[in-house]
Amino acid sequence: MATKVQDIAGDRGYKFGWNDPEFKAVNVPQKGLSESVVAGISEMKGEPSWMRDFRLKAYGHWLERPMPTGFWGGNIQNYDLDFDDIYYYVKPVAEQGKTWEDVPDEIKRTFDKLGIPEAERKFLSGVEAQYDSEVVYHNIQEDLEKLGVIFTDTDSALREHPDLFREYFGTIIPPNDNKFASLNSAVWSGGSVIYVPKGVKVPMPLQAYFRINTESMGQFERTLIIADEGSDVHYVEGCTAPTYSSDSLHSAVVEIVVKKGAHVRYTTIQNWSDNVFNLVTKRMAVYGEGVGEWVDGNLGSKLTMKYPSTYLMEPGAHGEILSLAMAGPGQHQDAGGKCIHAAPHTTSVINSKSVSKGSGRTSYRGQLKVYPGAKGSKSTVRCDALLLDDESRTDTYPLMEIDEQQVNIGHEASVSKLGEEQLFYLMSRGLEEAEAAKMIVNGFVEPIVKELPMEYAVELNRLIELQMEGSVG
Amino acid sequence: MTEDNDGQPIFVIEDLHVSVEGKPILKGVDLVINRGEVHTLMGPNGSGKSTLANSIMGHPRYEVTKGRVLLKGEDVLSLTPDQRARNGLFLAFQYPMGIPGVVMGNFLRAAMKARHGEDLPVREFRKLLDEKLDLLKMDPSFVRRYVNEGFSGGEKKRAEVLQMALLQPELAVLDETDSGLDIDALRTVAEGINALRGPDLGVLLITHYQRILDYIKPDIVHVLLDGRIVKTGGPELSGELEEKGYDWIIQEFAPANAGVAPATAGSSAGGGD
Repeated sequence: MATKVQDIAGDRGYKFGWNDPEFKAVNVPQKGLSESVVAGISEMKGEPSWMRDFRLKAYGHWLERPMPTGFWGGNIQNYDLDFDDIYYYVKPVAEQGKTWEDVPDEIKRTFDKLGIPEAERKFLSGVEAQYDSEVVYHNIQEDLEKLGVIFTDTDSALREHPDLFREYFGTIIPPNDNKFASLNSAVWSGGSVIYVPKGVKVPMPLQAYFRINTESMGQFERTLIIADEGSDVHYVEGCTAPTYSSDSLHSAVVEIVVKKGAHVRYTTIQNWSDNVFNLVTKRMAVYGEGVGEWVDGNLGSKLTMKYPSTYLMEPGAHGEILSLAMAGPGQHQDAGGKCIHAAPHTTSVINSKSVSKGSGRTSYRGQLKVYPGAKGSKSTVRCDALLLDDESRTDTYPLMEIDEQQVNIGHEASVSKLGEEQLFYLMSRGLEEAEAAKMIVNGFVEPIVKELPMEYAVELNRLIELQMEGSVG
Repeated sequence: MTEDNDGQPIFVIEDLHVSVEGKPILKGVDLVINRGEVHTLMGPNGSGKSTLANSIMGHPRYEVTKGRVLLKGEDVLSLTPDQRARNGLFLAFQYPMGIPGVVMGNFLRAAMKARHGEDLPVREFRKLLDEKLDLLKMDPSFVRRYVNEGFSGGEKKRAEVLQMALLQPELAVLDETDSGLDIDALRTVAEGINALRGPDLGVLLITHYQRILDYIKPDIVHVLLDGRIVKTGGPELSGELEEKGYDWIIQEFAPANAGVAPATAGSSAGGGD
C-alpha cells in the first residue's frame, strides 16, 4: 500500500512543542561542566559536604570513562552531542512551592496546556511537578503522611531525611557504574524520593510530571524508591517536552530497593521532543519473594538509551519488564531491559514491543544473566517489532549469560510489517487508511498499554496517534 | 438511493480484466445485479472467484487492466477500498484477518461511524449490536475479544455476517462464507444472510459448493471458469452442478483453450481459492 512519511522533525505543529515566553529561569549558570560548576551546584543547594564530595568524585569518573561503545548503547559517538554546550543546572524559581496556590502562574499555565491539573485532581495522591531542574511544586496528601510514607523531591529528602538518604543513595547504581550514571551523580538535581514503611500498601499510584523547558538544558533528576518489607507502591512518571532547535540532554538515575515480600511498579511514559538525548540508568534490587516491575514507554527523543534492570537478589524474587518504544523519522530508540538472576528460584519476564516508521529505528537490547547456583530460575523474553514502512528499521540484541544448568529460559522474537492484508480488511469496512493504521498500531501495543493507569493509557494512545498522523496515506 | 438511480441495476461489472503479479486471472467478466437479487457465483478452484471478490473491493494486489465496476451507476475502480465501503459495498472475507489487540466492539463502532457518517450513541449501538448478535446466535462476550483473533472458523464467518448486518451495505459480496462450517453453523450463517435480504440489497454469493444453496435460494446462478462467466441460469443450474460436477462445463469450454486445462490454469495465482 502506498506510504507517505511525515517528517515529524520538521513539524512545528507538534502538539506540545511550545515554549512559554513568560517563563524566565533565574540563576542560570554557565554552559559546560567543570569542578567549579559541580561544586557550585552543591553550594547553591546548601548540601552537606559528603554530597559535595560524592559529586566531585563522580565528576572524576565522568572524565575518566570513555563514551559507551560496543554492546551497550546506540552509538552516541555518532551524534555531535557537545557536552560543553549544555547547562547542567538551572534553578527555575527561588523557592519551592508548598501548595498549588504558591506555584507561579506561568508555570500553572504550562501545566494547563498539558492538561495536567484535571488529571491530578482526579487521580493523584501526591503531586510533584519538575519544571526545569528543580521541583517547584510538591504536595503529599495527608493520609500518605499518616501511613508514614515519604514522598518528596530528592533535594528535600537530602535535607529532611539525611540518614535514610545516605543509607541507600548510590548503593544500587554507584557513581562509577557507567559514564552517564557518573554524569548524573555529579550534577543531579530534583527527582523523587519515596519510602514506604513495612507492610504499608499505598492505595493509589504516586505520580510526578516533569518537563524540560530551557533550551540546551540538561535534566538530571535522581530518583530513589525504598519499599520496605511487605509494602506495595506504584510510581508513575510521565513527561511531554517542548520542541527546541538545539540538542538537549536528559540523563536520569533511578534506584529502587524492593525488600522482602514488597511490590514496586515503576511506570514511565516519555515523550521527549525529537532533539533530546535520553540516556537513563534504572535499576532495582529485589529481595526474597519481592516483585519489581518496570513499565517503560519511550516515544520521542533523538536517541534513547535505556535498559531498566532488575537484580533478583534472593529466592522467590520476581522481576518484570514491559518495554514499549516508538521511533519516528530521525529517531533511535535503543531500549530493552536486563534481568539478573542472582539467587535460586527467581523468575523474570521481559516483554518488549517496538514500532518504527519513516527512517526511525528501534533496537531491543537485553541482558539475561543467571549466576551459578541460581537453580530453578525461570525467564521468558519476548520482543515484537512492527515496521510501518520500508524505510524503518529494527534490530534485536539479546545477550544471554546462563551459568546454571537447572533453569528454564524462553526467548521469542518477531518482526512484522504493517500488514497490507490487515489494512485492507479494516479499510473494506470503511476506515480510512490512516485510521486503519492507527488502529493496528494501537492494537499492537495494547498488551502494554493495558498495564497503564487509565489516564496514561488514554494519553499514550493519543501520543501514538499524533506520531502516526500522516504516516500513511 | 437517489431518484436518478431508480430502476437502474445496483451493480454492474463490464468486461473486467484483472491480473495478479502480471498474470491475467479475470479475462472479461460481465455481471448485472438488480436490487433485491441474490446471485450465486460458482466455479472450480482457480477459476478466479476470490480474485473477483477482492477486485470488487479494491485490494491493491489485484490490478484491473480493463473494464468497469459500477455501483449505483458510479465506477468504483478509482476509489479506495474505504470509499467503496462507505458507498455501500461490502465484502465478507473468505479468510478474515486477525487484528491483535483491537477489541471487536471498538472496531465495529468505528466501522459503523465510517459507514453511516455519525457516531451512534453508546446505548443505541449496544442495543443494535445485541439484536444482531442474537440473530447470529453469538455470545455477547464476543464484542470484548480481539478482531478475528483465536476465532474458530464458524465464529469468523458469523463475525463477517454480523458486520454486514451492522453496516447495511447495498451490495454484499460473500466470498465462500459457507466454507469450513459445520451444518449447524452453516444454517445459522445462512439464516443470518436471509434475514438481511430485502428489496434494496444486492448479493453476490460466491461458493464452491451447492450446500449453502439449500438454505439461501439464489435468483440467478453464474459459473465462472478460467476468468470468464461461461454459463448463467436459474437456481436449477446449481442443482445440475451439484449432480454432475464442473467437468461437463469444462468439457464444453475447454476446447477453446488449446492445450491448457482451464480448471487448473489459474489455480496457483487464484488468490485464495
